[in-house]
Amino acid sequence: MTSYLVRRVAGALVILMIISAITFYLFYAVPRDPARAFCGKICQPETLTLIRHNLGMDEPLFVQYWHWLVGIFAGRQFVQFGDCPAPCLGYSFATQEPVFSAIVDRFPVTLSLTLGASVVILAFGILTGMIAAWKVGQPLDKIASSSSVIGASLQIYFVGPLLAFYLVDTLQLIPRPSYVPITENPLGWFTHLMLPWVVLSIIFTANYTRMTRSQMVEQLAEDYVRTARAKGMSSRSVFFRFAWRGAMIPILTIFGVDLATLLGGAIITEQTFSLHGIGELAVRAVQNTDLPMLLGVTIVGAAAIVLLNIAVDMLYAFIDPRVRLS
Amino acid sequence: MTTVSWSGEPGTSRGPGPFLSVRDLSVEFSTEDGIVHAVDGLSFDLEKGTTLGIVGESGSGKSVTNLAILGLHDPAHTKIGGEIWLEDQELISASRGSMEKLRGNRVAMIFQDPLTALSPFHTIGRQIGEVYRKHKGASKKEARDRAVEMLRRVGIPQPETRVDHYPHEFSGGMRQRAMIAMALVCDPDLLIADEPTTALDVTVQAQILDLLKELQQQFGTAIILITHDLGVVAGTADNVLVMYAGRAAERGTVREVLREPRHPYTWGLLSSMPRLNSSVDVPLMPVRGTPPSLLNPPSGCPFHPRCDYPKLAGPELCFNQRPSISPETGHGDACYLTLEQKRELRTAKTEDHA
Repeated sequence: MTSYLVRRVAGALVILMIISAITFYLFYAVPRDPARAFCGKICQPETLTLIRHNLGMDEPLFVQYWHWLVGIFAGRQFVQFGDCPAPCLGYSFATQEPVFSAIVDRFPVTLSLTLGASVVILAFGILTGMIAAWKVGQPLDKIASSSSVIGASLQIYFVGPLLAFYLVDTLQLIPRPSYVPITENPLGWFTHLMLPWVVLSIIFTANYTRMTRSQMVEQLAEDYVRTARAKGMSSRSVFFRFAWRGAMIPILTIFGVDLATLLGGAIITEQTFSLHGIGELAVRAVQNTDLPMLLGVTIVGAAAIVLLNIAVDMLYAFIDPRVRLS
Repeated sequence: MTTVSWSGEPGTSRGPGPFLSVRDLSVEFSTEDGIVHAVDGLSFDLEKGTTLGIVGESGSGKSVTNLAILGLHDPAHTKIGGEIWLEDQELISASRGSMEKLRGNRVAMIFQDPLTALSPFHTIGRQIGEVYRKHKGASKKEARDRAVEMLRRVGIPQPETRVDHYPHEFSGGMRQRAMIAMALVCDPDLLIADEPTTALDVTVQAQILDLLKELQQQFGTAIILITHDLGVVAGTADNVLVMYAGRAAERGTVREVLREPRHPYTWGLLSSMPRLNSSVDVPLMPVRGTPPSLLNPPSGCPFHPRCDYPKLAGPELCFNQRPSISPETGHGDACYLTLEQKRELRTAKTEDHA
C-alpha cells in the first residue's frame, strides 16, 4: 500500500511537470508580449529591455522554466519584488501580488464549491439511479430517466441566473451566493453556497442517475445475483448488498474522469455567481496574459485532479477486493 | 394459470407421494417476438436420496425447469403453469416469502460457472455463512464456524484460512467446491446442480461428481443433475430424463435409457458421443439439424423435422399429433413408433455402426 502510494505520487509529479512545461511553452507560442503590456503605450526600447530583464524574460525559455521549477521547492529572488520563499510560483504580471498566496486565498472557495457539488452529484445521482433501477420499467423509473435527460441538457449560465432570480430575488428563500469561510460560520457557508452547488451539479447529476440505473440493471442480471437469490436472499438485500458494489466501480471510474470537467464547471459557476475563486483568477490571468498566475492556477488545478484521482483509485480497492494496490 | 391441486387448496397437504413431483409444468416467456414455450407439459418425479439426470441440448428447457422449481423466473415476463410439489408444499402458488425461506434452505442450487456465480465482493466464508444466518438465525461466529466446517467437508485444505479468502483467490475446482459447500450449508433436501462440471477440466469434473455422490450418501439429499453430458449421467444418476424442446422425450433408469434407448432423439445423443472402446475411424453420428425454435415450435412431434423415421409411424401421425410419454411410469418415451419397430431400427443401427 505505501509503496503503491509512493509510486503514484511520483507519477503524479512527473505528470505535473509535463503539464507545467507544456503550459510554459504554449504561453510563448501566443504572439503577445507581457513586457510590452507592462511598458505602457509610449514605450522606450531601453525600458522594454529593463522590464524584460526584471521579469527574467531575457533568458532562454528552458532557463526560465528551470527557475520557475526551482522556485517551487527552494524559493527564488526577484529583482523587482525581492525575496519569494518556497513554494514560490512567482508574482502576477498584472497585479504584482504573489501567485501562491493569491491561490491560497481563493482555494477554499473553489474547493468548497467542487467538493460540495461532488457530494450532491454522487448522493443525488446514485440515489435517483437506484430508485429508477429498483422500479425499472415503472412510472418512477420513467420519470427519473426522462428528467435526467432534461437535466443533462441544461447549462450553468442559463440555470444559474434563472434560479438566482426566483429563489434569491423573488422568493427570497436563500441568501445571495457568496463565500463565507466555513471556519467562521459553517451554517452561513452552507446556505450561501447552496445555490452554486445545485447549479453546478444539475448537469452532472443527470448523468449519474442514468449511469447508476443502467449499471444496476446490468448487475442485477449477473450470475452472482442469481446465486444470491437462489440462496434465499430477499430482493432488497440482493439489491443493496450485492448489486450496488458492482455498479459503483464504473461510476467511480467516470467520476475520476469527470473531476476535471467539474473543475471547469466550477470556473463557470464562479463567474455566474461572482464568487472569488480560482476560476476567477484563471479567467483574469488569460485576459491579462499573466503567465505566472496562469501557470500557478494550471498547476494547482492539475495537482488537485491528479490527487483526487489517486484517492478514487484507492476507493476501488475498498469496494472491489480483486483490485490489489501493490 | 390455475393450479388444481389433488386435495383442496394449493399449498395444503396431500397424501404420500414422491418427494418432488413436477406435474404438467409449462413455462412461457413473453418476448418482443412473441411467446417462447420454454417448457411445455413436463412431468417427472424424484425420490429422496436419488439422483435424476436431466439431459438435453441447449435450449431444451433443462435450466428453465429447475429455475421454476426455485421460483427464480422474473414474474413480469414469465407465465408458469402446472404444479410442483415438494413433499406437501406446492411451489408455483407459494408466496414470495415462503419461497425465500425455501431457497438455500430446503432446496439449494449449484450453478455452472463458479467464477461468475460467486460474488466477487465478499469472502467465501461470508457467502457461505450468510445462507446459514438467514435460514438458521445463527450468529456471525456460528456462521463462520459452520462455513469452516462446510469447507472442510467439501475437501478444501486449510479451511480456517481459506474461509477469509475471496473467490478470485480460489482455483476453478476449489470455487465449485465452495459453491457446493454454500449449497449444502443448511442440509437441503433437494440439490439442483445445473451443469456443475461443465466449466471445469476433466480431472476436476470427476472429483466434483464424486464429492456430490459422497455427500448424497451421507445426507440423503435428492439431486437433480442438469447436464448435456451423457457420460456424467451414466456415472452419477439413478434416473434419467431426456428433454427435447421443453418436453420429456424419454425417461427411465440410467440402465434402461442408456442400454435400451427408445426415442430416436436419445439414439442420436448416444451415437454422437465418442466411445473409448470403438475404433477412432468410426465417425460420430451427430443429430442432424438444429434444435427447433421455441417461439414457433414445429407441429406434431417437435422432433419430427430431425427424425429419420417420421413416416414409419403411419401417414401424417408424427407431423400432426404430439406424442406424450408412455407408459405412465417406468421406462417410457414420447414416440409413435411401436416398441417392435424401435427394437428393429435400433438393432439395424447398431449393426450398421459396428
